[in-house]
Amino acid sequence: MDVRSQIAMVFHLDKCIGCHTCSIACKNIWTDRKGAEYMWWNNVETKPGTGYPTKWDDQEIYKGGWEKRNGKIHLKGTGKRRGLTNIFYNPNLPVIDDYYEPFTYKYLDLIESPEGDDQPTARPVSLVTGKPIDIKMGPNWDDDLSGTPDYARNDPNMKNISPEEQEVMFQLEKMAFFYLPRICNHCLNPACVASCPSGAIYKRGEDGIVLINQEVCRAWRMCVTACPYKKSYFNWHTGKSEKCILCYPRIEAGLAPACMHSCVGRIRYLGVLLYDADRIEQAASADEKDLVASQLDIILDPFDETVIAAAKKNGIADSTLHAAQFSPVYKFVKQWGLALPLHPEFRTLPMLFYVPPLLPVMATVKKVDNTEQLEKINPAAKKWNDEWLYDTSTKELWGTLDQIRFPLKYIASLFSAGDEEMIKDKWRKLMAVRIHRRRVTVGDVSNEKAEVTLRDAGIDAATADAIYALTSLPKFEERFVIPAAHREQAIEMMDFTGDTKGDTGFGIKSKVKRGI
Amino acid sequence: MTYLDNFLLIALPYIALAVFLIGTIYRYTNRKFQFSSLSSQFLEGRKLFYGSIPFHWGVLFIFLGHLIAFSIPRSVLAWNSQPLRLMILEITAFIFGISMLVGLINLFIRRLTTSRLKPVTNIMDYVIYTLLILQTFAGLWIAYNFRWGSSWFSTLLTPYLYSVFRLDPDITAVSLLPWTVKLHIAGAYIIIGIIPFSRLVHLLVLPLNYLWRPYQQVMWYWNKKKVRSKDTPWSLQRPKNT
Repeated sequence: MDVRSQIAMVFHLDKCIGCHTCSIACKNIWTDRKGAEYMWWNNVETKPGTGYPTKWDDQEIYKGGWEKRNGKIHLKGTGKRRGLTNIFYNPNLPVIDDYYEPFTYKYLDLIESPEGDDQPTARPVSLVTGKPIDIKMGPNWDDDLSGTPDYARNDPNMKNISPEEQEVMFQLEKMAFFYLPRICNHCLNPACVASCPSGAIYKRGEDGIVLINQEVCRAWRMCVTACPYKKSYFNWHTGKSEKCILCYPRIEAGLAPACMHSCVGRIRYLGVLLYDADRIEQAASADEKDLVASQLDIILDPFDETVIAAAKKNGIADSTLHAAQFSPVYKFVKQWGLALPLHPEFRTLPMLFYVPPLLPVMATVKKVDNTEQLEKINPAAKKWNDEWLYDTSTKELWGTLDQIRFPLKYIASLFSAGDEEMIKDKWRKLMAVRIHRRRVTVGDVSNEKAEVTLRDAGIDAATADAIYALTSLPKFEERFVIPAAHREQAIEMMDFTGDTKGDTGFGIKSKVKRGI
Repeated sequence: MTYLDNFLLIALPYIALAVFLIGTIYRYTNRKFQFSSLSSQFLEGRKLFYGSIPFHWGVLFIFLGHLIAFSIPRSVLAWNSQPLRLMILEITAFIFGISMLVGLINLFIRRLTTSRLKPVTNIMDYVIYTLLILQTFAGLWIAYNFRWGSSWFSTLLTPYLYSVFRLDPDITAVSLLPWTVKLHIAGAYIIIGIIPFSRLVHLLVLPLNYLWRPYQQVMWYWNKKKVRSKDTPWSLQRPKNT
């Protein structure tokens, strides 16, 4: 057992309101530079939708991630043979039009235009060429589906859903969507690291953050193809690939990453997971239906004495172990079994987990005759003449789960490699927590019904309360449990700390050594 | 002519080599961030295919051909002793040369006509294109007009190049060659000398070590086991990352 620690994340999709504050926080700190304007290390997508870059999750187009051939996993579109033979021209590289051409507006024209009959306009100009362009696409062009189901129709995850089912989904009164915020998953089996011919990309041993060494990157662009989540971006100005760094300077200082810190819906959780590095390849090579289980299996119990002993032997600090025991991620992922990785079938073992959204399950829309009801209302009052009833009542507790307006198949193709039972299990738990809390706080649910739902979901009242507390009322320190970086030990090992005195400020600044 | 010959065939190779070595080492150690080609595939991906692929495969085989004639001249001559084998070698090499020229012209036209590439193009890129096109054209011209190059390279140029490397340049035979050949030789020296100042540096960092490194790379900021162990003696040495 080779115990390592990983900074992992959970995004609770039921809480995401799609405000893009995370994207803006990230953009302002990291990617507001020439060549990086088009990059959104953090982006929020409307699902179903085509996403950013367009259809990123269709690996028939982009050839990202790993695939299993003859019982072993290989990189799908890159790797040693394919990567080196395609080094002169990468056939599966997304180009700028798959994202969007970055632009700004000539605002000064509004002020400096000569007087005339027409109102001056601020024309859009390309941030690549500097010339006026017609904007074809922008960041979040398909936000909230842009008012058309066309984006949803082109979602690669729709391929398992029959055309009839899709049409039912897209009828205007049934149309539903949710938001999917995405950052780098800091995978345990990262395809970007494996695909980099220069060896510029590496996973940090201490916290599992995946980084690109900008001095070593030689613009072979294989990581852009290899990352199935398209979270490695090519900077056309510097000729280097860049990606989310999980705000490691902040993490090392004990601060939450900018996207998480700024999250308005407080959907993001960050904490330590302990995992067994010896079993990574085995976990990534499991059959598609077992992938989620095998990934969760290598995440270790931080309370287990043997795990703690092995971790200490591996040099994991007590403070890190302590953080692992209080990790909200461990609770969501392992203890409660509520969160799932995005597209586990890409076999990169992502360390960002999502609590699948339950919201669309609850309601159905019915056509009803409202005349009787309307007659009872005071004639002076404003009356709504629509015939639609947004019905949140259900006769049977789980009867609606199969007939929901958001097909289970769709969520399953995103979070469980098509396993619908796994999604149902999470939804049952989420529903049970709601019903249990309704019994406690409102009291219009019978004890009997609440107990039945809890039993169906396989959790007890105390667990439901704990889930509720961490979902709805978590404090900052409960959402982000960041271990100390212990840089003082590193410094002690590397330098005589006395030597660094006087290196800065008013001390001796030039080196004492002579010659080579 | 002797002054020019002396300059092109004796002085130039040493200047080029010196500039190449010093420039490359300086750039690798001090300007490592720039030590690559600036790929433009992200901005324009379709036309690049018809330029980059024929050029790179062409130049790879042409370069290897020159290298073989330089390193094992006797074997090349032995191979060429039968006319059919000579023809196969010459025609294959000529096809790769054509491929290289076509690729270069496509790349040049792509650079000139694609507006998105303007911001990532510098003057050196145009210099490189011009030099390489002239060099390739001269090479093809020589191969077509002064047959059979693979044989006389091995008998004439290889001894000359050896003499250059022995620091005892002997240009008596080479100075009698037609001026196009001398131009081709001088062009090669200029290209070598220009490598550290251009995007051509990327050919020096061909990522061959990818072939034998493991796929996954984990790096430690410090050696944790060592740091935390009581037995580790205090030292001024940096513990190696594992």
